[in-house]
Amino acid sequence: MSISVYIPGPFRSATGNQAKIEADGNNVEEVLKEVGRKYPGIKSLVFDMSGDVADHVAIFVNSRDIGTLQGKSTSVADGDEVSIVPAMSGGAIGWTEEQIQRYSRHIVMPQVGGKGQRKLLNAKVLLVGAGGLGSPTAMYLAAAGVGTIGLIDADVVDLSNLQRQLLHDTNDVGRPKVDSGAERIHDLNPEVNVVKYRTLLTSDNAMEIIKDFDIVINGCDNFPTRYLVNDACVFLKKPLVDGSILFFEGQASVYLPGQGCYRCLYPAPPPPGMVPSCAEGGVLGVLPGIVGCIDAIEAIKLILGLGESLAGRLLLFDALKMEFRTMKLRRDPQCPVCGDNPTVTELIDYEEFCNGVSPAAAVAAGLAGD
Amino acid sequence: MAVEVRVTAVLQQVVGGAKTVQSEGGTVSELLDDLERRYPGFKAQVMAQDGQLHRFVNIYKNDEDIRYLGQLGTAVAQGDVISILPALAGGFA
Repeated sequence: MSISVYIPGPFRSATGNQAKIEADGNNVEEVLKEVGRKYPGIKSLVFDMSGDVADHVAIFVNSRDIGTLQGKSTSVADGDEVSIVPAMSGGAIGWTEEQIQRYSRHIVMPQVGGKGQRKLLNAKVLLVGAGGLGSPTAMYLAAAGVGTIGLIDADVVDLSNLQRQLLHDTNDVGRPKVDSGAERIHDLNPEVNVVKYRTLLTSDNAMEIIKDFDIVINGCDNFPTRYLVNDACVFLKKPLVDGSILFFEGQASVYLPGQGCYRCLYPAPPPPGMVPSCAEGGVLGVLPGIVGCIDAIEAIKLILGLGESLAGRLLLFDALKMEFRTMKLRRDPQCPVCGDNPTVTELIDYEEFCNGVSPAAAVAAGLAGD
Repeated sequence: MAVEVRVTAVLQQVVGGAKTVQSEGGTVSELLDDLERRYPGFKAQVMAQDGQLHRFVNIYKNDEDIRYLGQLGTAVAQGDVISILPALAGGFA
């Protein structure tokens, strides 16, 4: 079949000044090969040394960037138009001048490049919790240009949060965390689309909320939500980046669909009161800063397809010893939710009630030594 | 023989604030018995009355979960590091 190919001004010297040429092919890759065959002079303008389309060149089928379709395998049919659109300093369709400047430190790295930055811009990441872990994660994902960031948090900002939750500041005390979080993200990077969910995650809404995102990052502060998020991600086949902290230690891992889940590690939650929350037990403020950043790095690695994910490993961080250790994680065939014979097939709302020390008593005890 | 046992978070309070304790035994089970002798109440934090590990506690020999080795009967030797990890919930509260 015959496909129209639009040739941008700067490349027309290679095609005898033609703005539109015809080429055969069933998909973008074939069409571009054919263009290169007919007009060899264009090859060095469109392709890089490995034969792929160069990072500063965008390819559109009709009006859609192939990066949002099936890349160079995107099929084309009679009547379609393939457009070659290089980045130009005078204002490109692919990138704005400001984007090129903003993300230049990413773009110049061969492992990221314009291609990688585009993946970040197209990515949709959901953060469960806009607090200690969610704060650094949200800020670094926003800075990196993740195009859509979802924030789920039902809380308002409390003075005690400011010891560690850098997404919020003193002027935000009393405001919903998702509001101050969205503002902070937009101050950092106005082009991030922030989707706010000022709600508790429950079995009623978890599937509906999570389904629209590519990656979920668990920065919540309680066991019921942790298991809810995990189970929903298994059911919806979403990668889950999971971070948690207490006192001076943190844990982090990544659960990929089919490769294990949080329940493979901890099949059921502890009885209420056996493991303290941060309010009861306390946490070094900067600790979630470290683990939250690790969560952000792992999410970015997944989006870019770079490096070795923490999938299959449990990272343990001990701030006092300044020590990182890893344990092997594997999918448990007897896991109740992702195993061979799952017994958990629906979301569960574990009831949470405090049987342990009340936060007020814990603070009083701490001050008694002053 | 003496084996290094690392405990995290809540368990540190049971062993007087230490993060690392020495324990004697040839299997994980013997180590836990030894720890119970030194720190009464330790075992209850880690296992139920029926002798099964609590499901929210994992034990690693070096970097391998003992569930995939020999469970509580997993043999330990000098130089092994045993880590006892209860689940952590803290995220943002």
